[in-house]
Amino acid sequence: MNATAFDVAHMLAGSVVLVSFMMLYQDRLLALLNVFALHAALLSAAVAWQATIQGAPHLYVTAAIALFFKAMIIPAALHRIIRRLGIHREVEQVVGTGITMLAGMGLVALSISLMLNLTASADALAREDLAFALSVVLLGLLMMITRRNAVSQVVGFMSLENGLILAATGARGMPLVVEISVAFSVLIAFIVIGVFLFRIRERFDTVDDSALERFRGDVG
Amino acid sequence: MAVEFALIAAGALLLTGIAAIPLSHHRRAAELVYGASALPCGFAGVIGLWALVANAAPTTVTLPLGLPWIGAHFRLDGLGAFFLIVLGLGGALNSIYAIGHGRHETEPGRVLPFYPAFLGAMLSVVLADDAFSFLLSWEVMSLLSWGLVLVHHRAGGTQRAGYVYLMMAAFGTMSLLLAFGLMTGGAENYGFDALRAATHGPAAMAAVLVLMLMGAGSKAGLVPLHVWLPLAHPAAPSHVSALMSGIMTKIAVYGFVRVAFDLLGPVPWPMAMVVMILGGITAVMGVMQALMEHDIKRLLAYHTVENIGIIFIGLGLALAFRAEGLTAAAALALVAALFHVLNHSLFKSLLFMGAGAILNATGTRDMERMGGLIHRMPVTAVVFLAGCVAISALPPFNGFVSEWLTFQAILVSPDLSPWGLKISAPAVGALLALAAALAATCFVKVYGVTFLGRSRGAEAAAARETDRWSLGAMVVLAGLCLVIGILPGFVIDLLAPVTQALLGGAMPHQADSPWLTIIPVAASRSSYNGFLVAVFIALSAGTMAWAVHRFASRRLRRAPAWDCGFPDPSPVTQYGAGSFAQPVRRVLGSVLMRAREEVFMPPPGDLRPARHEVHLRDLIWERSYAPLAAFIQAAATRLNVMQTLTIRRYLALVVFSLVSLLVVLTLWN
Amino acid sequence: MELIVALIVQGLQMLLVVAVAPLLVGLVRKLKARLMRRRGAPLIQPYRDILRLLRKEVVLADNASWLFRAVPYLVFAATWVAAALVPTFATGLHFSWTADLIAIVALLGSARFFLALAGMDVGTSFGGIGSSREMMIASMAEPAMLLAVFAMALVAGSTQLSTVAQFMASPHVGLRVSLGMALVALIIVAIAENARIPVDNPATHLELTMAHEAMVLEYSGRHLAMIELAAALKLVLYVSLIACVFFPWGIASGTGSAGAYGLGLLSYVVKLAVGGILLAVLESSIAKLRVFRVPHLLGTALMLGLLGTLLLFVSRGL
Repeated sequence: MNATAFDVAHMLAGSVVLVSFMMLYQDRLLALLNVFALHAALLSAAVAWQATIQGAPHLYVTAAIALFFKAMIIPAALHRIIRRLGIHREVEQVVGTGITMLAGMGLVALSISLMLNLTASADALAREDLAFALSVVLLGLLMMITRRNAVSQVVGFMSLENGLILAATGARGMPLVVEISVAFSVLIAFIVIGVFLFRIRERFDTVDDSALERFRGDVG
Repeated sequence: MAVEFALIAAGALLLTGIAAIPLSHHRRAAELVYGASALPCGFAGVIGLWALVANAAPTTVTLPLGLPWIGAHFRLDGLGAFFLIVLGLGGALNSIYAIGHGRHETEPGRVLPFYPAFLGAMLSVVLADDAFSFLLSWEVMSLLSWGLVLVHHRAGGTQRAGYVYLMMAAFGTMSLLLAFGLMTGGAENYGFDALRAATHGPAAMAAVLVLMLMGAGSKAGLVPLHVWLPLAHPAAPSHVSALMSGIMTKIAVYGFVRVAFDLLGPVPWPMAMVVMILGGITAVMGVMQALMEHDIKRLLAYHTVENIGIIFIGLGLALAFRAEGLTAAAALALVAALFHVLNHSLFKSLLFMGAGAILNATGTRDMERMGGLIHRMPVTAVVFLAGCVAISALPPFNGFVSEWLTFQAILVSPDLSPWGLKISAPAVGALLALAAALAATCFVKVYGVTFLGRSRGAEAAAARETDRWSLGAMVVLAGLCLVIGILPGFVIDLLAPVTQALLGGAMPHQADSPWLTIIPVAASRSSYNGFLVAVFIALSAGTMAWAVHRFASRRLRRAPAWDCGFPDPSPVTQYGAGSFAQPVRRVLGSVLMRAREEVFMPPPGDLRPARHEVHLRDLIWERSYAPLAAFIQAAATRLNVMQTLTIRRYLALVVFSLVSLLVVLTLWN
Repeated sequence: MELIVALIVQGLQMLLVVAVAPLLVGLVRKLKARLMRRRGAPLIQPYRDILRLLRKEVVLADNASWLFRAVPYLVFAATWVAAALVPTFATGLHFSWTADLIAIVALLGSARFFLALAGMDVGTSFGGIGSSREMMIASMAEPAMLLAVFAMALVAGSTQLSTVAQFMASPHVGLRVSLGMALVALIIVAIAENARIPVDNPATHLELTMAHEAMVLEYSGRHLAMIELAAALKLVLYVSLIACVFFPWGIASGTGSAGAYGLGLLSYVVKLAVGGILLAVLESSIAKLRVFRVPHLLGTALMLGLLGTLLLFVSRGL
């Protein structure tokens, strides 16, 4: 394969990982949403580039879906939600930023070494892509467990799903149907969570999920 | 012949120790004993140097000591010769220092017999060639140093230090015993030759290495087995602290290198990774705890922990390269580690000696009561500064060279094939860089608070320069730190026979390269020339100073300090040890040591003083040692009833044990 | 003959960095003033300042020791040597192998070590606060720098700056996201090390969050001139470093002709000017951070360096 083509693919996927880190670091909700939009936009660029170099036109559809829904519609909707909820304050975090970042680095290292060990026979592009995709998924999970605010947990979930899309594009021959169904299931999950958010808010007057724990009787 | 001479030196040291028992109340006992210790040490150092320079073949000797019909085997090879140099040089200079410093000793009878014997025991650890004499020498070394720790046994904290040290030493020796037992694998020959010839499976090798990490690592001060070190090293008299920190930890490193590189075959790479990461954690934890410390000797002891970490990073890398068959890179990493062994023995001895001089002059180890000593102790100030620059890994001194070599070894790590190693090596490199930078911070604190600024107490204001013997030893050490930093190529070449014997490869020959540059791998890859750097700095600083004074201005007026117009009359308003460390404490200490600051500000009208308190927690102690101690305490309380049984019950216990053993025996067959 | 030419070229580089350093500082100050709608001092004002300071008498605090008087020359010399070893207009100069990038960073570390000691020497609270903060910033910046160096060295296979610059100028480099991350990390480190906004403010003396300026508060006269010159040299060093590693266009190789050297010199001046302009714009457009936010910034640099290194392992050719 052409070296430049590989370098560009590496750069775009690497930028997606970098933006995942930026999301871990963002402690304000609005900024977090903007970074998430950037995440999705970069993802769509990465997918579009994969479509070009793989000669797989159906991936353009995936890229368009990512760009339209995840980089525009969902961030805008979340913007509306947090405006209506009136929460522009800082995101509370369970562990400190430094430790979260270090843990994130550990996860990236883990996924790189794991993927390179497992896929020794695959071609370089797919290996690289899968390693980054797994990193993005794990970073999304990390974000979900380090945040208390339900909105940022939703964002973490969405970024996790971006990682899945990245993985799907890297692995050749993944039919479009699968991707579309993933995209739709995420959309539905988003709607459900959105409704759920308002329910939490109505009942407990906050979207901090530690409020829920109190009602389970586990804490305090 | 070399090994016989070295053994004679060890024997002379032991005899000096025995002779010191009746002598110790003589008026000039200190001069005699320390002088008599310096000579054999210097002699041993010369033997080591000769053996390495001449690249002499290993020599062996068997003495009819120890176990009957087996005898004690001794051998001197390249590795032993290198540690002989470290030990001889450090021991000799330390003894010279002690001639002056020892006069201040209040209890010479508790120091003089132990000191030479301790040196002799360390010497025989390096020479031992069978497991029995190795372990015996090791244990004698531990016990004698324990005796030296307890010299001032009435001083606060010394007894606890001695107790913790004894526990850890016993634990370490037990691990070593098990390691050697595993290596012999049931055969009845404990000679190192037989151990070398034996082959082990990967699991056995990993077990031996873990046991060595516990045995030698606890003596060297590897985290989390380092807890005794900052207690015990400072408790001893300063010249003994210098010996323990500068030399004895190196003997522990020797034990590890001897087993891991010589006696065992190439260990599998995951173990190498463990060693490397442990080294990195040790380096950072050591320097962080040092930064939080106000007691100058304990601070230096924590720095020993840090430097041991740096050495183990090099050793871990060398093991990793060796496991992958990259001989040249393994030689580079091992040279880096051994070079740091030599460097640390020099500058840590120097710094402990300086701390001893300060302790004599001011009567305190608390840095918060010092200050301004550069005016009162001018020569000590210069040599101590050299030590500070060297330990902070700053060019052109020696500490930088060995850390630079370690970095170069880390930069070769992408050649390794296992992913775990590839990825962990840069992370360890970051830890090493962090430790080096924090060490520089810490030594700005040490030097700035003790020697610079204004005196914070009456003792510091009245301090006097220390004696000539002490100064002589320190000047020589400071000079060595500079010379080795400027001409590192010779040390690297000196280590070539060692790596050749242990790894079957060596770094490129350095002395031939133009301008005495050191080139670890290839000239296009990296090079460093300490000599030119030093010359350039000296030239440009000198020229500039001359030119400015000649052509611009040389006028100078003394005036009160400006301080932005807020002259503070009281010296306690200066930045002290605690305040200097505050930014780092807040940034890193809040995570690593749960540092908390409490400010108590009384309301207006309240007459109580405002207070600012810092709370630090030693998480390693709390999480591992404290629960263990609590468990042992609880178990002991339970078993306490056994102490007060009737005779009939004791007999019943004996009978019961006997019967159950017999039952086991019948079932076994 | 060849040796003499090589020595002359190396000497020229040494003089060049020290001659151009105050000009770069003057350029940044002038641009910042213009951006704030001030007229600003002329470009050559730093030269005048330094000459004026050199001629003035030194007012030394009563209890300052010999160390306090020796430090300015030591700091200047260490910084100068370090700056002279970074390729500016040509690579592979005669003494370029004296120190690789790690050693250059360590030389700057030596300079900082002594300057921090000088801050503690007089025994005032301002000196102490400056020293302690400077060292805290440095102990975060140094690992970040090293990881960025690591990423660069992995790509170029060397820490020798001349080799790195030649490699980066060759088409083998390709497009690498890791290098971008290393660049950002290096810029953050450069800003922190040079005590620039948002880490520290070089234009103020009376702000409690300052680090560098508080440390040198007690200096005056020729000593202060040396320290100012060293600070300017350090700025030039970092701009040259970033330029030669990431933008090695036009740089002459070791045994170039006079024309190649001329082109190298021209491109170097242009790069310095661009660096100065970017710095001025950056400094004018953002606010200074609280001192305990600085570790977050440097932590970002550290993470970028580490991530860059990690991502390299899945890239082409490794």
